[in-house]
Amino acid sequence: MAFDFYLSTMWSVLKALPLTLEIWFFGIAFGLLIATGLTWLRASGYKLGEYFTRAYVFIFRGSPLLVQLYLIYFGLSQFDFVRHSPILWPILRDPMYCTIVAMALNTAAYESEIFRGALRAVPVGQIEAAKAFGMSAFTRFRLVTLPIALRLALPAYSTEIILMTKATALASVVTIMEMMGTAQKIQHDTFRPIEVLTCAGVIYLLLNLSIARLFAWVEYRLSPHLRPPPEQSQQIRPVPEVL
Amino acid sequence: MSANVAAAAQAASSPEDKSAISVKDMRKCFGDHEVLKGISLEAHKGDVISILGSSGSGKSTMLRCINLLETPDSGEVRVDGELIRMKQGRDGRQMPADIRQVERIRANLAMVFQSFNLWSHMTVLENLVAAPTHVLKRPRAECLEQAEALLKRVGIWERRNYYPPHMSGGQQQRAAIARALAMNPKVMLFDEPTSALDPELVGEVLRVMRSLAEEGRTMLVVTHEMGFARDVSSKVMFLHKGEVDSVGEPKEMFARPPTPQFKQFIANFNK
Repeated sequence: MAFDFYLSTMWSVLKALPLTLEIWFFGIAFGLLIATGLTWLRASGYKLGEYFTRAYVFIFRGSPLLVQLYLIYFGLSQFDFVRHSPILWPILRDPMYCTIVAMALNTAAYESEIFRGALRAVPVGQIEAAKAFGMSAFTRFRLVTLPIALRLALPAYSTEIILMTKATALASVVTIMEMMGTAQKIQHDTFRPIEVLTCAGVIYLLLNLSIARLFAWVEYRLSPHLRPPPEQSQQIRPVPEVL
Repeated sequence: MSANVAAAAQAASSPEDKSAISVKDMRKCFGDHEVLKGISLEAHKGDVISILGSSGSGKSTMLRCINLLETPDSGEVRVDGELIRMKQGRDGRQMPADIRQVERIRANLAMVFQSFNLWSHMTVLENLVAAPTHVLKRPRAECLEQAEALLKRVGIWERRNYYPPHMSGGQQQRAAIARALAMNPKVMLFDEPTSALDPELVGEVLRVMRSLAEEGRTMLVVTHEMGFARDVSSKVMFLHKGEVDSVGEPKEMFARPPTPQFKQFIANFNK
């Protein structure tokens, strides 16, 4: 009986997984784009760019994502020009888009800080070697700075992505029936919070477990030079076509 | 662009055809501290110049000013007769006028660092082909072939697929020398190549450097290896407190130190 209920709840919540993944995916994809722009602005050396990114990080990292989401979904539609704008209104009247915008803006603040730290942590000597061999700034960045910085950023980045997975649950407060929204509806209908929320929690756990495993695998693949040297036979791998 | 080409052509046909590197009155300050107080240096093709000096004498800074890893405050640098053009930056300091020219010249001046600075995320082989393929735009297959030959020459071909952190210091430095050779450089700059090595690993690196000197390569070597300076180099330059204290033929310099400072310096080493 209880088992049947668990099973049916599990199934209902799982049916909302694609929606959760959709918010998650677009949130982190746009977030990454914005974060890249912010990092570039910050690293460009222009004072104005630096002030802007500092202010951006201060605001979006310093206030709760829930507040940001409410401001975007409920707040912005107060303004006439938003409601009459042919570009803004189709986005801002849709709770799905609003959630994605809020998540992207929020995660971009954290990610730009992660990337800034990683870029600064690239050993100077490695960049100097690239300079000394006549590489242009772009080649240097592509072959040396970026690959090293990405590896340095990966652990913190994966944590941020996991935080974002959990943040998708906030979409339920702006009427979206993703996993959390669905779970809450079942809970209201059945008054069985323990069973329902346990189901939702387990799915989030498994989801994050797979994301963490995925990142661990990528990290492992990218850092053979940080592990103790394996046997010579395993060391030999073909040089990739593209460096 | 056409102006650049004209300037390059003019520079190349200058009378100092045998000059590989010529430095005139180079000065460099870090804050209030004047590290180089007007250094001049003339390296002809085939010269192996050992640059000696106690720490803080400015020898590494001088080397780094030649390939513009540091920007000299004043003075001129010519590589293969070509003047590195400088201009006044907005902050009043000197800066390279044309970064493309600097990059092109750097590609001819391969550098070997004290701390190797091999790119740690690439295998040894990848380290050797990265710059030739991406800077000199040579075909990859050709670069790979040359890289393997160079690794055989410095004796670490078996380690070609290793990552730098998995090798000893001596092996890393030999890989770094091979990486420099892969650029077919006109001049090689060595910045204390054996100073970070365990004593028992110094020999293997010096042997490689000696063989390079014997095949007539032009080398500027900042070093503390007195044996190398005396036996291998064609010229010894001694820096003291940011100035050239003495220059000369190594045998002569070591047999009859021309200045009290140099005498003191080698005396400290013989203790």
